[in-house]
Amino acid sequence: MVESVFPKRTSIGRRRFVTGAAALSCGAAISPALGRKAAIESTLSAELPEPASSFLLNVEKIPVRVGKQHAKGVGINGSVPAPTLRWREGDTVEIQVRNHLHEDTSIHWHGIRLPADMDGVPGLSFAGIPAGETFTYRFPVRQSGTYWYHSHSGGQEQAGLYGALVIDPAGRPAYTTDRDYVVLLSDWTDADPMDIVSNLKFDGDYYNFRQRTVGTFLHDIRKDGLMASVRDRLAWGGMNMAPTDISDVSGIIYTYLMNGRSPEKGWTGLFRPGERIRLRFINAASMTLFDVRIPGLTMQVVSADGNDVEPVPVDEFRIAPAETYDVIVQPTTDEPYTIFVQSEDRTGYARGTLTTREGVLAPIPPMDPRPLRTMADMGMGDMKGMSMTGENKSDPMAGMDMSSHEKAASESKPVEQDAAAHHHAAMHDMDMNDMPGMDMGDMDMPGMSMHHSMAHEDSQKRQDRVSAMAPPEPRPVPLKTGVEVQSLAPQPQNRLGEAGDGLDGNGRRCLRYTDLRALKPGTDSREPSREIVLHLTGNMERFIWGFNGKKFSEAEPISLAVGERVRFVMINDTMMEHPIHLHGFWSELENGQGAFQPYKHTVNVKPGERLSYLVTADAPGLWAYHCHLLYHMDTGMFRTVVVS
Amino acid sequence: MKWGLIPSALLMAVVYSSPLHAAPMNKTMAVSYVNGIMPVMDQRVYVHALLDQFEARYSGAGGQFRYDGQAWFGSDYNKLWLKSEGTVGTDGRFGDGDHEILYDRAISRYFDVQSGVRLDVDQGPTRAWGAIGLQGLALYFFDAEATFYFSDRGVAGRLTGSYDIFITNRLILQPQAELNFYSNSDSARGVGRGLSDIDTGLRLRYEWHRKIAPYIGITYSNMFHENSNFRGNIGKNGSGANFTFGIRSWF
Repeated sequence: MVESVFPKRTSIGRRRFVTGAAALSCGAAISPALGRKAAIESTLSAELPEPASSFLLNVEKIPVRVGKQHAKGVGINGSVPAPTLRWREGDTVEIQVRNHLHEDTSIHWHGIRLPADMDGVPGLSFAGIPAGETFTYRFPVRQSGTYWYHSHSGGQEQAGLYGALVIDPAGRPAYTTDRDYVVLLSDWTDADPMDIVSNLKFDGDYYNFRQRTVGTFLHDIRKDGLMASVRDRLAWGGMNMAPTDISDVSGIIYTYLMNGRSPEKGWTGLFRPGERIRLRFINAASMTLFDVRIPGLTMQVVSADGNDVEPVPVDEFRIAPAETYDVIVQPTTDEPYTIFVQSEDRTGYARGTLTTREGVLAPIPPMDPRPLRTMADMGMGDMKGMSMTGENKSDPMAGMDMSSHEKAASESKPVEQDAAAHHHAAMHDMDMNDMPGMDMGDMDMPGMSMHHSMAHEDSQKRQDRVSAMAPPEPRPVPLKTGVEVQSLAPQPQNRLGEAGDGLDGNGRRCLRYTDLRALKPGTDSREPSREIVLHLTGNMERFIWGFNGKKFSEAEPISLAVGERVRFVMINDTMMEHPIHLHGFWSELENGQGAFQPYKHTVNVKPGERLSYLVTADAPGLWAYHCHLLYHMDTGMFRTVVVS
Repeated sequence: MKWGLIPSALLMAVVYSSPLHAAPMNKTMAVSYVNGIMPVMDQRVYVHALLDQFEARYSGAGGQFRYDGQAWFGSDYNKLWLKSEGTVGTDGRFGDGDHEILYDRAISRYFDVQSGVRLDVDQGPTRAWGAIGLQGLALYFFDAEATFYFSDRGVAGRLTGSYDIFITNRLILQPQAELNFYSNSDSARGVGRGLSDIDTGLRLRYEWHRKIAPYIGITYSNMFHENSNFRGNIGKNGSGANFTFGIRSWF
């Protein structure tokens, strides 16, 4: 099995990688490798293998030990996560995938532009790969950058069937570095994915052990006063929602992994002082948004979803499931640095170390305060002019029940990039949207049709501020609350200039979508011929998710004409993030960068947000379109896109 | 008994044939999926059961055992819903046995409409009712059920409600109440006219696992029938305050 990992290439580099894979295979299977009783975890190499164009991938069950958990994972060639593949732009790759499971499998090449029948989605691209059979993928590689691959069958992605994909550019790389590491982030559990969905159907808060309690109520009374706290409880309770809803599945069952390693063990990347190190962050988690930082180092974000962008220096960035970001760091001393990756809900973290010597660790920082959802997340606008904050913006954070350190830092949002500077300025106010402690006593919460005039007026002002980047007002989609629609955002906001819940105002330079500016201008300058408006909807109590109030099985496919250029408008009516992934095509995010707007494959739509992106539908076939939170997709947030 | 079943059957027939019930049409079939494989299975059926009360009650007058549970099977919109409750007195008699078989249809964000049959089966005389009601989450996270029953003996109603107060995320205080109303008294079953009985409790449970939570509490029940002897018929339903302990569980 090991001999046939990459059977058709025999370079020295390849052989060295195969040796590594052998060790890895044995390590995972019989676990003698480290010769001690400590957890034998993944020994996935974060170093890049030599590029190749021909592969044999054996999909199989693999015993996995993560921390104290023992389970069977699903991996490839003896490894969970699956091994890193490295391709070259311009090659035609041939990948044989052999299914050693007792069920169907599939491999989807996430973010890769290829013929529809090579995309790896059962039912759309092909029939899947039945047990015992082999499917050969073969397609030309016409792009470069950091991507990943994963199963599109049932819960296999949760069980470990995901790996990194790195494609060398045909020409000179835009950014040269001395070292190059993959940092593959994921959420591991030994729970059965079907049980997870079933539990969530019974109780949407099943995995949330941080709900508001009598204790937090008393705490809030001391801080904000009795009436404000009561009103706040009534406002949320009146919607049957809770500001503590951050992640549907939490660290209560997840162990967050970096390159397959649990935080106890951690991943280690070596460097020499002065070197430029490229870290290719990939969020391969099923349900977890991560916040990434390396205390002591500035990260230059140089690539998003595989495409080069102008460097953005940041201290921290949020990465949603399926997104990738390449960053470059350049440590100048021989100090060790911790790569600290918290889950958005702060129920756990993944960890790694950049160090000059194996075993030398940097301190692990404490986790940040968890975010709480706000009325902005409910799509109720930025609420300026509401009774608590009055009409002026002198202290827009008043009444926040988020951590006080955020308040202190809220005015110091730095502006990093000349090109984007005016957008930052324009967006600055919008960072102040989060106002959970607002006086909402007089609002008509259940219908959420509140304060039209006020919201409207405000909307007009905002439109003026951000007209450079705001998409046109979308045509309204008739929607009302119901079984599949728990809430509607009466006043969805442009939130591209926000880093995300829990990040804005934390005193660090956090990446925002408005920062992303492509190195090269877009290839299709046509205006879109039409708009497709999609509300992201769901009911957290019933755990049903969908678009425009319908789950997949109830909805018509989205039809596009070959070559058509369309604008997708997303309106997130829910109070959770949804990383929306369109297979087969780029999503050109309208973030105010004009011709240099970034090409993405996965666009994270914040709660209560409205955003848009352009798509050139240049490849015919059936394509998948879905939220990349696995259990949102699985319960209906999925559409077929027909391009014909 | 027959009279109770017929309207109920009619009702179910109406519900099933109405557009309300119309199973979501599979419009996605407009696309020709490879081998008919659906890329996402969002129409799965799930099975769950909740044993909300499984408890011993003690008072100076003696003790009793009580259970109250529900189970359901089905999809997001359509479910078969079973409910059952009953009490065993110190004398070993099974009373207050109430068992329902319902068709459950999701109709709004938080509420389902339920219709079907209720059977009073215990060591007293058997009764059958048609049933139609609402169950769901009222605003402010109140769990609520309101059910209307009808038979040749008249009509009846039941209101139940509970609320979870999170002392911590695992220690939960739950006030709960169940009220039964009848249009006619039924002496053989100890049922009085008007508000016939009330069963209420304040339970403190500890969710050491989400699905298994031991609890202690105080329960209070009372029957308001003119003839308190009826209580004897259904097994020493010790009215008044009881010290209670039990286990709440579900799967």
